Amino acid sequence: MSLSYPFRRSVVALAISAGLTGLAGNAMAADRELLNSSYDIARELFAAINPEFQAWWQEQHDEEVEVSQSHGGSSAQARAILQGLRADVVTFNQVTDVQVLADAGLVAEDWQQAFDNNASPYYSTTAFLVRKGNPKGIENWDDLVREDVSLVFPNPKTSGNARYSYLAAWGFAEREFDGDEEQIEEFMRTFLRNVAVFDTGGRGATTSFIERGIGDVLLSFESEVNNIRQEYGSDDYEVIVPPMSVLAEFPVAVVEANAERNGNSDLAEAYIEYLYSEDAQRQLAGFNYRVYDETVVEEFADDFPEIELFNVEDVFGSWDELMETHFANNGMLDQLQRR
Amino acid sequence: MKNVAFKRPGSTRVLPGFGLSMGISVLFISLVLLLPMTGLFGQLFELSFSQYWAIITDARIVASYTVTLGAAAVAALINAVFGLLLAWVLVRYEFPGKRLLDALMDLPFALPTAVAGITLATLYAGNGWMGRLLEPLGFQVAYTWVGIALAMAFTSIPFVVRTVQPLLEDLPVEIDEAAMSLGAKDGVAFRRVIMPYLWPSLVTGTGLAFVRSLGEFGAIIFIAGNMPYETEITSYMIFVRLQEYDYAGASAIASVVLFISLVLLLLINVWQGRFVRRLHGGKG
Amino acid sequence: MRRIGDAPLTRRLLIGLALALSALFLLLPLVAIFAQAFSQGVAVFWSNVSNVFTLHAIGLTLVIALMTIPICLVFGVALAWLVTRFSFPGRRLLQTLIDIPFAVSPVVAGLIYLLLYGRNGWIGSWLDQHDIQLMFAWPGILMVTVFVTCPFVARELIPLMQAQGSREEEAAVTLGASGWTAFWRVTLPNIRWALMYGVILTNARAVGEFGAVSVVSGAIRGQTNTLPLHVDQLYQDYNTVGAFASAALLALIALLTLAAKAGLEWRAARRETRYSSDQLPETVSKSVPKTSSQTPLESMPSGQNRQPLGGERRL
Repeated sequence: MSLSYPFRRSVVALAISAGLTGLAGNAMAADRELLNSSYDIARELFAAINPEFQAWWQEQHDEEVEVSQSHGGSSAQARAILQGLRADVVTFNQVTDVQVLADAGLVAEDWQQAFDNNASPYYSTTAFLVRKGNPKGIENWDDLVREDVSLVFPNPKTSGNARYSYLAAWGFAEREFDGDEEQIEEFMRTFLRNVAVFDTGGRGATTSFIERGIGDVLLSFESEVNNIRQEYGSDDYEVIVPPMSVLAEFPVAVVEANAERNGNSDLAEAYIEYLYSEDAQRQLAGFNYRVYDETVVEEFADDFPEIELFNVEDVFGSWDELMETHFANNGMLDQLQRR
Repeated sequence: MKNVAFKRPGSTRVLPGFGLSMGISVLFISLVLLLPMTGLFGQLFELSFSQYWAIITDARIVASYTVTLGAAAVAALINAVFGLLLAWVLVRYEFPGKRLLDALMDLPFALPTAVAGITLATLYAGNGWMGRLLEPLGFQVAYTWVGIALAMAFTSIPFVVRTVQPLLEDLPVEIDEAAMSLGAKDGVAFRRVIMPYLWPSLVTGTGLAFVRSLGEFGAIIFIAGNMPYETEITSYMIFVRLQEYDYAGASAIASVVLFISLVLLLLINVWQGRFVRRLHGGKG
Repeated sequence: MRRIGDAPLTRRLLIGLALALSALFLLLPLVAIFAQAFSQGVAVFWSNVSNVFTLHAIGLTLVIALMTIPICLVFGVALAWLVTRFSFPGRRLLQTLIDIPFAVSPVVAGLIYLLLYGRNGWIGSWLDQHDIQLMFAWPGILMVTVFVTCPFVARELIPLMQAQGSREEEAAVTLGASGWTAFWRVTLPNIRWALMYGVILTNARAVGEFGAVSVVSGAIRGQTNTLPLHVDQLYQDYNTVGAFASAALLALIALLTLAAKAGLEWRAARRETRYSSDQLPETVSKSVPKTSSQTPLESMPSGQNRQPLGGERRL
């Protein structure tokens, strides 16, 4: 307790005033504020894109706007919006989580047609991260069911990212065994048994793989494994993109009910349109997402190997159906994991 | 303060404030504690009994009860011993670093549980500071139920220490004097003279720690490994149901934990009432 | 006078054991957090801490804690007064009801508030029509924080006030003091240490609460993001240093609370030493600071009834 009294008092006063401005709303004054609810690993991405958008809007409309961010697991975010979080737009990594909002009438029924490419301004796929020199020689999905290989990816029940890993493996098996149910299920059972740790989310799985040194292969979005490799040392890890994998869309939508209420409909629309612009696409590609803008695709051609991507809906039917058969309680996933 | 109206006939109530304190308490408990619980029960009523039963007796959920209860019991036992030791040392002895030690006791409450979980997992994983020492001895902590118990013990230790501590501080010197004058050895005197006073608080603290462990989520999932049937805790299963937008299922599982916890707390309250009465009876 | 466990060997052994175990079990995690926070140097630590969103999260967390404490204090004192000073049917039930927050997992606690006050809840839908937003705004964070922390003060006070009995207050009232005077002058001095432990626990829990808050906050950066949520977000987004820097701040807040407690204890001890040394020139002062009931009124006859009741004290 060596701090002098006035000092202590000023620290407390400072903290309280900071907090009170928080209660009163946003610390930074802007004419309008747009809330983008997004998945948890997109913080840096949108922290980079938002200022650009704000500047662009200011230039076009001479109005100062502020884009706020809310991040969390994609389905936790959707649940929050269902219960009243007043997000104007969503930028998720799961089609089903936007669909939930559409079913509740918060997002337009035909949201996938509202913007280009199934309302997905960028996309990715499931890829592998292996240790230096790829000691286990992992090249394709069938390497992952070998007895000497152990895998790390989160629980498909709690992580959308892992859901894609599961679907990609299934899609591979589907083709490999020509649709033979029994063989596919056996493949999947081995695949799941090879998992060393089921973390709840992508971040936990990364920590297990990198910092705890568990497993030979980390499965995640291609964008994610590239980011991880850049973050933790390009020399220690290698990214393997299998010859075939799943198309992972990153759906976006205007939450019309909220945007209208907040008087932000035009702004929300423009924000999502902006994600398709060349500038934003370049930013996205910089974060290792695959994009559609042709100029940008050419610029980054070396970063994204050729791959055959299959569409989830082509193999599994609609998202609703596949969620029911595979991921619902007592669905295929539960059966495959049963002892 | 005119609370005459609240006085029941024949009551010997001298002190005022019955109406006011009753008003505040009942209002608060109704609004803050009971009203929100209706949300939980509202969800339960959406299920038929057979649906409810099927959810809570699912093999994987039952496995999670075993893991959770077992680990929580081990954690509670560790905390009972460790917490008693810490409370004793903090109250009875003066030594350098005592203030810091006292401050450390509240750390588990102040750290967000996720931070505690990540940190413990970092320390006890095979390549962590502790894991490197323990794993060569064939003792794996992270990703086993031992890790779960460890995380539970960490997050609930303040309950035991802070429950026993004020009681020890208030223990009159005469008790020691009496025991000492009878020439009892320290160990015997502690067991025979001090422990009877400490039991109620120790049991309460341990009970609260156990109950807290049953509900803990954030600190555990990082160190548990979450392997189906082996290291999945019940809170995690609730979390999984929520991810599936299955509020009713989540509420059903939560109701089981809630029921176990409340029964336990009630038992402790009742036992304690008896114990205190017996203690007083013994004193005449 | 020798007390139990005062033998030098026992003493050293127990202190050694306690320190060793605490070092492994409690200090090591703390060290690990600070090690991570400073792993890239002080400058990186500082730039993370002085980030506008971190500052905002600190402020919000402190304000929520500062609002939670008085609410819990009023409730805790009222409930403790009620169940220890009066007997009425349903007393035990009230006492068990306040344990509900301990029995409810924090995530579930957040969920039940959401189900009630969220847009689809029966209160929430009414609020929504009137454009009142509780969930995903600071009132929601405050509400669940109060839920999670409300038992602590009452839990600390009830056993103590039960043990002390009501004779002192009754005497004061009989002598003509008003209820409030009796409370301020008699009760409060007697219970202030228990009250303080209650506040410390409430504060620690309020500052660190993650599970329940994460459900109702919406985690909007710069608006409804508390420090624990901020830690989680930074960690999820691979800013490990930033996450642990914020976690270190949370640990610091807990340590500061304890420092505040130590300061108050010290000041009170000094005041009481002075007071008692006026009356009783020797010896008393040594046992004064820690015990909760060494007040002037302690010399009244009621003092004798607290000794055998010591066993009833519990959190």
